[in-house]
Amino acid sequence: MAAPIQRSGAAAEIDLEGLELSLRRPRTLFSYLMSLLTGMATIAALFPLFSVLYLLVVRGTAALSLGTLRELPPAAMTTGGGFGNAIVGTFVIVAIATVLSVPLGILAAIYITEFGPDTRTASAVRFAAKVLTGLPSILAGVFAFAVIVAVTGEFSAPAGGVALALLMLPTVLLTAEEAIKRVPSRMREAAIGMGSTPTQVVTKVIVPTAAPAMLTGVMLAVARAAGETAPLLFTALFSNFWMSRTAPNFLPKTLGDLMKPTASLAVMIYNFSGSPFENQIALAWTAALVLVAIVLIFNVVGQALAGRSAD
Amino acid sequence: MPLTPVLTNGHLNGALDEPPLSDTLIDCNISELHYGKFKAVRDVALKVKKGTITAFIGPSGCGKSTVLRCLNRMNDLVRGFRLRGHVIFRGQDIYASKVDPVAVRRHIGMVFQQPNPFAMSIFRNVAFGLRLNRYKGPVEDKVEAALRQAALWDEVKDKLRTSALALSGGQQQRLCIARAVATEPAVLLMDEPCSALDPIATRRIEELMTELKKKYTIAIVTHNLQQAKRVADTTAFLYVDTSAGGRTGYMVEYGPTQAIFENPREEHTKEYIRGEFS
Repeated sequence: MAAPIQRSGAAAEIDLEGLELSLRRPRTLFSYLMSLLTGMATIAALFPLFSVLYLLVVRGTAALSLGTLRELPPAAMTTGGGFGNAIVGTFVIVAIATVLSVPLGILAAIYITEFGPDTRTASAVRFAAKVLTGLPSILAGVFAFAVIVAVTGEFSAPAGGVALALLMLPTVLLTAEEAIKRVPSRMREAAIGMGSTPTQVVTKVIVPTAAPAMLTGVMLAVARAAGETAPLLFTALFSNFWMSRTAPNFLPKTLGDLMKPTASLAVMIYNFSGSPFENQIALAWTAALVLVAIVLIFNVVGQALAGRSAD
Repeated sequence: MPLTPVLTNGHLNGALDEPPLSDTLIDCNISELHYGKFKAVRDVALKVKKGTITAFIGPSGCGKSTVLRCLNRMNDLVRGFRLRGHVIFRGQDIYASKVDPVAVRRHIGMVFQQPNPFAMSIFRNVAFGLRLNRYKGPVEDKVEAALRQAALWDEVKDKLRTSALALSGGQQQRLCIARAVATEPAVLLMDEPCSALDPIATRRIEELMTELKKKYTIAIVTHNLQQAKRVADTTAFLYVDTSAGGRTGYMVEYGPTQAIFENPREEHTKEYIRGEFS
């Protein structure tokens, strides 16, 4: 509501002030202080991040060697050892989770934005996804335990994968939805005007245009999943052995090997960090550093790929 | 979907009680057009002749764009859209239930108000329609031909693989024209194609239109009466009827451009054109 314009008798002078920059002017001073404040807030926000990284690098590099990346976890009271099996296990479990959650999340996002944006299904899915983002990660583990572990009778990589997929799905879905919504509607119109079927609009214009932003969402989800411990504790459990029970092969030799307790970096960090043995604690730090490095490399590679596909 | 449309001529529709419509490509007759409860347009009847440029002029909100978008079923995307009437293209009502709107849009292309290239390379933008239609021949040749027709080839021939979004507004709009003509549709609908462009770019598009009409039939919506006068062979003047409380567009007058501008029959047309030119 606009207030009625007050008309007083005498018109006041409008003071446009001088042209020179002066800190004595209140609004100039205020603006200056606010810029300073935002700058300081940025530094304050970065400080904890960098101290964590610093600590990781300092403590993590102590036990870092080629051996730690290739060997099996050491028993208590021994020296040396590594966590090669946990690296492999993390890759396998996260890969399973990605394969399960990414296609499902992106296809669902396409449906709720392009094909049925106003349907009851769409609003139900959107609501469920938002609720799921707040799901305590341990509940994802409980779910996977009930659905997979209790049924198959084994702790296994797929059980861990399902638990992580459950955590990744809402992130993938909601970021993909955002990415699709950000495709300018005039591009959609152009595609339709060219005589594209709805499917062609999606596959030839919407998805290629939204792909970089979708990939960012996938990367976020992968990064989160790779670091999750709770959902793996009673799904993939842990193992002190290679998945294939033989040499340090990257992938299990048979599918049967998948259905065994599987090591992961996150659970290893959890186990060893509470250990009373110095060697194991040092390895926990190193594993944390390696985990962060893996996630970082994934992000950088993902962004580079996304940047290239945008051309 | 044949890429080169089969050119029909002669008697298109024997059922019509009219002389042979040998040169009518689109016979549009809209008696009522609704968006939900809102009656947007009524009583528009005109025939677009092959190889001509037809302009739709009129004040804002008179339904010019709506009518234009009826001609390739772009209005189907608007919720609550209903049409009473017909749009006959090559003897077939494009609103008949057995007609696929996707196929209609492949024969009747469109250029929009805002340049809207896809976020891909210049080459892939132009090749888009060819790929859509599973064109098996040499795509490069078609892309070059389309870019030449759109008078853009010389400016982009060395950077076909760079992003179309890096082009200037005028170049983007010519790219959109190239993209539309690459599949050689019969008709090109242009919805205020120059409204986002500067006068020089506008001039280029206008020259292009007169060049393109040798091959394509064009229907254009424009706010710029001078533009209609410069390029159009036939002009339809639409106006807004507020008498029934709503805002319903209708066609006041339709005829050769010269007649509309120099010797309008209707009072509304006279006023509108006088307002613009005096």
